[in-house]
Amino acid sequence: MTPTWAQLCYLAAAVCFILALKGLSSPKTARNGNLIGAIGAVLACVTVFFAVELEHELSILVAIAVGTVIGVVGARRVQMTQMPQLVALFNGVGGGAAALVALLELQEATSGAGDVPTFDLVATAFTILVGAVSFSGSMVTFAKLQELMTTRPVTFPGLPVAFALAALCGLGLSVLLVLDPVMWVGVVLGFAGLLLGVLLVLPVGGADVPIVISLLNAFTGLTVAAGGYVLGNTLLLVAGTLVGASGTFLTKMMASAMGRSLVNTLFGALKGGSTLGAGEASDRPVRSAGPADVAILLAYANRVIIVPGYGLAVAQAQHTLRELVDELMAKGITVDYAIHPVAGRMPGHMNVLLAEAQVPYEQLKEMGDINGEFKQADVVLVVGANDVVNPAAKTTPGAPIFGMPILNADEAKQVIFMKRSMRPGFAGIENELLFDPKTTLLFGDAKDTMSKLLSAVKSL
Amino acid sequence: MSEPIVWLTIFVLSVFVGVEVISKVSSTLHTPLMSGANAIHGVILVGAILVTGFTDSTGALVVGLVAIVLATINMVGGFVVTDRMLQMFGGRKRQEPKA
Repeated sequence: MTPTWAQLCYLAAAVCFILALKGLSSPKTARNGNLIGAIGAVLACVTVFFAVELEHELSILVAIAVGTVIGVVGARRVQMTQMPQLVALFNGVGGGAAALVALLELQEATSGAGDVPTFDLVATAFTILVGAVSFSGSMVTFAKLQELMTTRPVTFPGLPVAFALAALCGLGLSVLLVLDPVMWVGVVLGFAGLLLGVLLVLPVGGADVPIVISLLNAFTGLTVAAGGYVLGNTLLLVAGTLVGASGTFLTKMMASAMGRSLVNTLFGALKGGSTLGAGEASDRPVRSAGPADVAILLAYANRVIIVPGYGLAVAQAQHTLRELVDELMAKGITVDYAIHPVAGRMPGHMNVLLAEAQVPYEQLKEMGDINGEFKQADVVLVVGANDVVNPAAKTTPGAPIFGMPILNADEAKQVIFMKRSMRPGFAGIENELLFDPKTTLLFGDAKDTMSKLLSAVKSL
Repeated sequence: MSEPIVWLTIFVLSVFVGVEVISKVSSTLHTPLMSGANAIHGVILVGAILVTGFTDSTGALVVGLVAIVLATINMVGGFVVTDRMLQMFGGRKRQEPKA
């Protein structure tokens, strides 16, 4: 049915996607890789228009135009700090689209005469269920990251039971659909998937959310692959499988960068593992100081390490921070940025944010490279970060972040925290380092305080 | 070779390619890579166009058009936002980060 030239175009598009993933895994080739991927996608879409006789062509083109406008505007307008939730959103709509495609294909198949092959039905059921999970799960992660709802794990008594029931329900409906392919079973299966997605993501807390986005991304990839099988389209099969496989692998790498197992990430809260979080500000005594005192500490140090966190980016203080670092370096002080793998909201997010502020790439040190150097540091300046320097990760079994590799800021001679308040970090637990005798706190909005600090350093 | 076996072969080989091509990525690029892969599965748009183009019921047409809009958002938005992220890495001299 599909002409040979079109099959060849699909093959070319599939090759583009492989090259895109390859390119994206190295900094030098990343941007070209992404471009090659986009070319492959455009090629695929143009091919489908010429390969087969389509009805409703005008409506389809209008729908594509609408989607393009929404996608481009969304992607261009979003603040770099909000990018993780945008990726979650894009992933969710992709999963939703796959589920809808499978439902339509089911309707097409059941309205015709003759039996539908069992394999096709299995793939259809899979696409509907997992696509719906991916859609609703991504919407919940979006709400969490956008702070439309609490970022902490949400659990309630009976959640494990509800989850198990929803999972069984989804499985049962899938079997029913394969045995007796009727439309209403498919629709109910979709709703079961939606419920399952919500229940899957609700108990995932704070810092683990990015891992879940990556996992749902892999899910969507697999649904696209299954959808490709149902439609008899090799490109969808190959592209979906590529994303499914690489996404699963990437999820595993992210989880290990945070010292978590995937199972723990998803079901840790259900086991009661992360109930330690207080989530409220503590009133224990801390030592705080003004910008002038901190400026002196910084200016008379030999070695300074900056630990930037999400708070820095939210306050848009990264440009001022870079000026401060330039000023310190002009005074002959050695300054580096220590970048935790999950600084920000996602692995690599902080690198993107600092690159935006034109911090030279050479000053950004990865955790493994800099952790040995904290002992020699005179001052560590922690700006808007918390969980990534929280010693509880090493010392408190049962803390939600226990086992996560952290930056050894506690080994430095002096630690300065720039914080807005005593509120705990994303993981919702208290940081003992704040109460350490060698720690000084500098309260205030990061941008405002950073400018004061900058002028204080300049005037020394 | 029967057809399901051909499909299974393509699937299994793609799994290996998918894992192999990204096995050496540095943690710096995790986010753009995830976002790029996210854009790639937006190619479900092709599937959405196919099912919509062959339908003759109005209800299915509406659902299909919704699927097309969603898939296009996924695909176009995904590539654009990935490019925006990577734009910031480019343009300056830098060393290759160690994984």
